[in-house]
Amino acid sequence: MIPSMARTIWRVFVHLFSKSETIGYPETKPYLPPRYRARIVLSRDPDGGERCVACNLCAVACPVDCIALQATEDERGRRYPEFFRINFSRCIFCGMCEEACPTYAIQLTPDFEMSEFDRTKLVYEKHDLTIDGPGKYPGYDYYRHAGLAIGGKGKGEGVNEQPPVDVHTLLPGEAD
Amino acid sequence: MSEFGSTVLFSLAVVHAPLLTAAFLIWLERRLLGLWQDRLGPNRVGPFGLLQPVADIVKIFTKQDWIPPFADRGVFVIAPVIVVTTVLMGFAVVPFGPELWVIDLNVGLLYFLAMMAIGAYSVVLGGWASNSKYSLLGALRSAAQVITYEVFLGLSLLGVVAMAGTFNLREIVEAQRGVWNIVPQFLGFFIFFMAGLAETHRLPFDIPEAEAELVAGFHSEYSGMKFGMFFVGEYMGIVLVAAMTTVLFLGGWLGPAFLPGLVWFALKSFVVITVFILLRASVPRPRFDQLISYGWKLLLPLALANLIVTGGIVLWRAGA
Repeated sequence: MIPSMARTIWRVFVHLFSKSETIGYPETKPYLPPRYRARIVLSRDPDGGERCVACNLCAVACPVDCIALQATEDERGRRYPEFFRINFSRCIFCGMCEEACPTYAIQLTPDFEMSEFDRTKLVYEKHDLTIDGPGKYPGYDYYRHAGLAIGGKGKGEGVNEQPPVDVHTLLPGEAD
Repeated sequence: MSEFGSTVLFSLAVVHAPLLTAAFLIWLERRLLGLWQDRLGPNRVGPFGLLQPVADIVKIFTKQDWIPPFADRGVFVIAPVIVVTTVLMGFAVVPFGPELWVIDLNVGLLYFLAMMAIGAYSVVLGGWASNSKYSLLGALRSAAQVITYEVFLGLSLLGVVAMAGTFNLREIVEAQRGVWNIVPQFLGFFIFFMAGLAETHRLPFDIPEAEAELVAGFHSEYSGMKFGMFFVGEYMGIVLVAAMTTVLFLGGWLGPAFLPGLVWFALKSFVVITVFILLRASVPRPRFDQLISYGWKLLLPLALANLIVTGGIVLWRAGA
């Protein structure tokens, strides 16, 4: 018992000379990996348009109900959120909204320095959330991949998409 | 200045030095524990976090001082005072250096033991007066611990007394001019150190407060400065036990002449305090029946054997 205790005491003492794990935060910033889950942003597609199609999946996926939005359409028939509001005093930064998003619009970033003295300032509106670039997914545009005919893009003109087939031509019997 | 005036001034210094040291110890302990756990510890308030005790004191003074309605008011208030008072009175007999002591009692060691024994009452009384189950359990354990360690605490020091032939602390230091007592009395030193740990309720023998089991044990119900008094009392107890270890086993103020005696004394006490903190960082807490079992079945016989052998050698040397 005594030798094992003595060994423990010695080993703890030796830690006096080992490097501290602590990062002196405000002076030295920690390295956070790109997929770190902190401040939520709304990204734009490569053309600068909003990626969000106001499908409400993020609001549904959110376990603490901190996302609120209202869908509307522009003159070309593109859906976008009329308002998009995240209450960061409730947000638990779980990233479920990012997983649920079909258009890569909502993304979590490694920026965590968003403390406020006033709680109401933690409610971010759309202009607070929206960033200029495409975030983690450069080059992706949901509407170019979707089969929807919209904004001058016809049926079958999307990326990796083939022109629509008239099913009547595939029916057996009529050789035409 | 008159002799009376200088005595009063020195007494005031002896009262305040342990208080300041205790405050500084809070910082030192947190820093050292941090370093031993690969952290940094408090380093924000002032240079190296040295003003952390000031912040702690401001905090503890501005806290609500609440006495639970179910507590025994009188005893509840007096209990934390007892520990601080007895520990401070214990410092009266400590010889800090040549010609540096408040009083040179010829029964200094007995006086020190008496003060420590009275200090133990504060824990029992505090736990009893709190009138809550965790406090009572803490007090109960403290009582069990007291009757264990007080026995071998006294016996472990008798070897030193036998070698010096006196209870006077100054003369005990003088008797160590040749070789420090830690060499011939290593067993006594070891047992006294264990008893000192138990006496000051330090880990690994913090069984009466055992925050993992008893919330905070005997001071669960205490808040504000009353809690602070227990806290300061505990830390001053560490300083006192370290000072006594220095006096009894490490040659007190003795040391090479390039440093004054007081500095040697402070350095030795500092090393002992560091060992106290190191033990807290590394040794797990035993169950209280284990402590009692070790105390009665191992340390008490060891202390007795040490006393018998020391006494025999002293008599043999005296040619009896």
